[in-house]
Amino acid sequence: MHGRPRRPAKPEDDEAASAKAAKLRDLQAQVLHNHHARTYTKESIGLSFKLLETNPEAYTAWNYRKLALQHNVKELSDPQAIKSAIDDELRVAEVALRQNPKSYGAWYHRKWLLNQKLAPVDFKYELGLLDKLLKVDARNFHGWNYRRFLARFMGLPDDEELKYTMDKISDNFSNYSAWHNRSILLSNLLIQQSKGFESKQKIFSEEFELVTQALFTDPSDQSGWFYHLWLLAQTSSPDNPQLIASWPSNAAKLSFSFIKEKAEQHTLSSVWSRTVPIVLYFNEPVKGLNHSSVNLKSDLEFGKDIQWRPLTMADSGYSKCWATYLQITNECSSLQEYSVEMSIPCSDDIVSRSGSNYNCPVHFTFYIELISNNAAQGLDTFDKPVAWNCSDSFQSHGNRDPIPLDLLNITSALVEHDSDWHFERLSEEIDLFRELADDNSKFGKLTLARLLLACAAIKSRGRSLIERKGYCEEALGLFTDLIHLDPSHKQYYEDERSLALMDKLTCDMETFTKHCSVQVQPNSAPLHHVQFRRLSVTRIGFAERLLWVQMLDLSHNSLRSVEGLEALQRLVFLNISNNQISSFTALEPLTKIISLKVLDLSFNEIGAHSIDTARYICPSPFSHKTEASEAFEEYQEVNNINVTEYWDAILFFRSLKLAQLDIRGNAVASKDGFRTLVVTLIPCLKWFDGEGVS
Amino acid sequence: MADEVELAADQHVRYIVTVEKKDSFESLVMEHIRLNGAYWGLTTLDLLHKLHAVDAAEVVDWIMSCYHPESGGFGGNVGHDPHVLYTLSAVQVLCLFDRLDVLDVDKVADYVAGLQNKDGSFSGDIWGEVDTRFSYIALCTLSLLHRLHKIDVQKAVDFVVSCKNLDGGFGAMPGGESHAGQIFCCVGALAITGSLHHIDRDLLGWWLCERQCKDGGLNGRPEKLADVCYSWWVLSSLVMIDRVHWIDKEKLTKFILNCQDKENGGISDRPDNAVDIYHTYFGIAGLSLMEYPGVKPLDPAYALPLHVVNRIFLKK
Repeated sequence: MHGRPRRPAKPEDDEAASAKAAKLRDLQAQVLHNHHARTYTKESIGLSFKLLETNPEAYTAWNYRKLALQHNVKELSDPQAIKSAIDDELRVAEVALRQNPKSYGAWYHRKWLLNQKLAPVDFKYELGLLDKLLKVDARNFHGWNYRRFLARFMGLPDDEELKYTMDKISDNFSNYSAWHNRSILLSNLLIQQSKGFESKQKIFSEEFELVTQALFTDPSDQSGWFYHLWLLAQTSSPDNPQLIASWPSNAAKLSFSFIKEKAEQHTLSSVWSRTVPIVLYFNEPVKGLNHSSVNLKSDLEFGKDIQWRPLTMADSGYSKCWATYLQITNECSSLQEYSVEMSIPCSDDIVSRSGSNYNCPVHFTFYIELISNNAAQGLDTFDKPVAWNCSDSFQSHGNRDPIPLDLLNITSALVEHDSDWHFERLSEEIDLFRELADDNSKFGKLTLARLLLACAAIKSRGRSLIERKGYCEEALGLFTDLIHLDPSHKQYYEDERSLALMDKLTCDMETFTKHCSVQVQPNSAPLHHVQFRRLSVTRIGFAERLLWVQMLDLSHNSLRSVEGLEALQRLVFLNISNNQISSFTALEPLTKIISLKVLDLSFNEIGAHSIDTARYICPSPFSHKTEASEAFEEYQEVNNINVTEYWDAILFFRSLKLAQLDIRGNAVASKDGFRTLVVTLIPCLKWFDGEGVS
Repeated sequence: MADEVELAADQHVRYIVTVEKKDSFESLVMEHIRLNGAYWGLTTLDLLHKLHAVDAAEVVDWIMSCYHPESGGFGGNVGHDPHVLYTLSAVQVLCLFDRLDVLDVDKVADYVAGLQNKDGSFSGDIWGEVDTRFSYIALCTLSLLHRLHKIDVQKAVDFVVSCKNLDGGFGAMPGGESHAGQIFCCVGALAITGSLHHIDRDLLGWWLCERQCKDGGLNGRPEKLADVCYSWWVLSSLVMIDRVHWIDKEKLTKFILNCQDKENGGISDRPDNAVDIYHTYFGIAGLSLMEYPGVKPLDPAYALPLHVVNRIFLKK
């Protein structure tokens, strides 16, 4: 099926070809016949050999041979005779492998034979055969799989297999299969802390030297670059999960207008009248947050048991950001300030995906001011549609409610010690690759950019974020170069560049402030507004620095996804108009923001694409995360809504309690029945595309 | 532009409808995977809006002649032993024609479910070969038949995750090298079970987008040649993890179209090579995922036209 040149059929070929075909047809028919008749004579077995010699892919013939062997071995008691029978089978497999070294059937037959344990295995022979096959094709993954199988079967120690990978790599650096096996073996040896592999630092230093040799010898070969990326990840991420941000943050002071009467559903104030969201953001997905692993002390009375829920897509319970919603049940008649103390001690409950536990105790306190508000007026009921401030100049933020950029100070000395080695190592790499980057090597530039960003992360751990700025700027320059150097992967580099840009904009208080303001909406408390318009941003990053934001303007960018925004549990207003959002499924993170009231989706691409690239990223009936019957039944029957057409719109809108929605300028907005669908799904909607909803 | 290549849809339809009648040596060597060939050919016809070019009843009868009532599995051709590889193709073809009613659904589901091992992996048949391809096949088959509850889904997911490599990709078994075909199977398995959060989508997305070679085609792993079939394995994986924008779709489209035999129909692995049904399907499947005009959209996880998958999961 592969690698055969296209040739028109020639008449001279026809006769010979027919004869060849007839022979094969007969052979196949005979073997099948013998198989169905359970005939296991020497002659019939011989026919199956002829077939497998010609066509090692005839899988039923392999099954037949296994049955024949089982049948015939039953009659034998002499171990020599048994061994001879096994050897015959091994020989057939070997012949088939010479015909097609990638035949699944041939390789498995060999594996199956060894697993029968009917005769002693000649390991020297097996390894020798493997070696021959891998010499012919060092990338034959069947061969490597078989090698791993043999190693386990024979009890070969990992460090010896590691030497084998070294042999292969020394023969030829361009051996991804050998580098891959090396990464697996090293990981195992390090996890098991085998003799000689106790120090991660020593091992990774050696590996960096090895791979750098390979990269500088042959920078055009890809294997080394992928291996280097793995080493980089091992060197730049902390061993244990860490808390990197929270809302509220340390020393934050929040005011809550506490209304005695029952608040109407669609007021701004009711959004936070009794509920205080608390968000904890970690550097990697963790699980195990509960009322005992996270301690909370306060004089405020919180109604129910405190429950933490993961915010990012997860059903195994792992998530980078977690939230709880404290229900304040205190009665008060005058201004009162309460403190809330949060602490996360070392915990065996809170673990990352790799099983590392949380070991960086953290403690912070924030303050809640409860203001009793008896006045029934002053409740905004969205009687006018909310407009987005289009001016490019903003009120300076002033001293009121400073942006809480000071993240938690992580004081554990252990973390800093590790960081020293990581930082030194990566700085050395940066020096090396700064030289190589001049050669217009795409991998060289990309690796350098990644090294710079990794250093930025390490340098700013437990210190001020502004340490990141210089690294981000250099990386941004490299991504711009890469877009020109490797235009096929333009959108990959644009995504990476967007992340570095968001990092740069938000790590420096001076720059960040230029994008922040306090917006005054009629009859409500002032809102924290952040604007990142017209920045050519393709994806959102560093959402952990935006947890306090209440109004966010990301319009006029090139966003395809809103992943990250689920962490913004104070967000009331969101503008993502004039972007490239192409489906409702891509907006699924927004369904986690319970405070969201005003959403501008106008001028995107929803409904313009036949392929939905977020279909499996969000819960749906296709991935068994939503029961179709439960989700759609009420809409199918009551309102005759076309579920097949609008299943994604239904799943999206039914989770939101919007007061205002803008969706004009999307292909879906002009489709039949869409307006009716939206109004049905969001009963509290007051403004739709600028018009009042009756 | 005069030199712009187009999709020779009519020729491909003609090729598919006539190719199965050949009795050449090359076809005989492929005889044992005829059921797969049926799936490739018929799905392509549906993508090109020409499924009606075949007699549905005839197809269904032939599919059922590959069925083994004692085991509940399907063989690759009449008289060939049952295996999950062909069982999935049979179920997929029956889905195309909306004829799952001809099956003893529980019997077929039990055949597949019975092949799950203690560690969550799946064997391909009674002989015990384990491979993540079979994990995907089992999950896909059982999901289409609405019988996932017959297996331990969590363990199946755990096994797939245990085959995740340090480069973000997946191999055939734990420790196996990342390969686009295996990656498709593992990503598909995780997609169908709502478990894509186990994947580092940026890491895997980058590994996958680096499959695009200078000629615009996609290869299956580093330092290998581009091949049209990877237009499916790599592309569908990228679509499922929402990273397909990281490849150059225009260049890939040109590569696929240049692999066509525009006179006789069919698509080959590389330009000017011999065509076959396998590459014809994968080439057109790739075009479908890139929203090529005139080609119906394909579901990237179930590898069936979108309207078929929607019908199966959205109707009561």
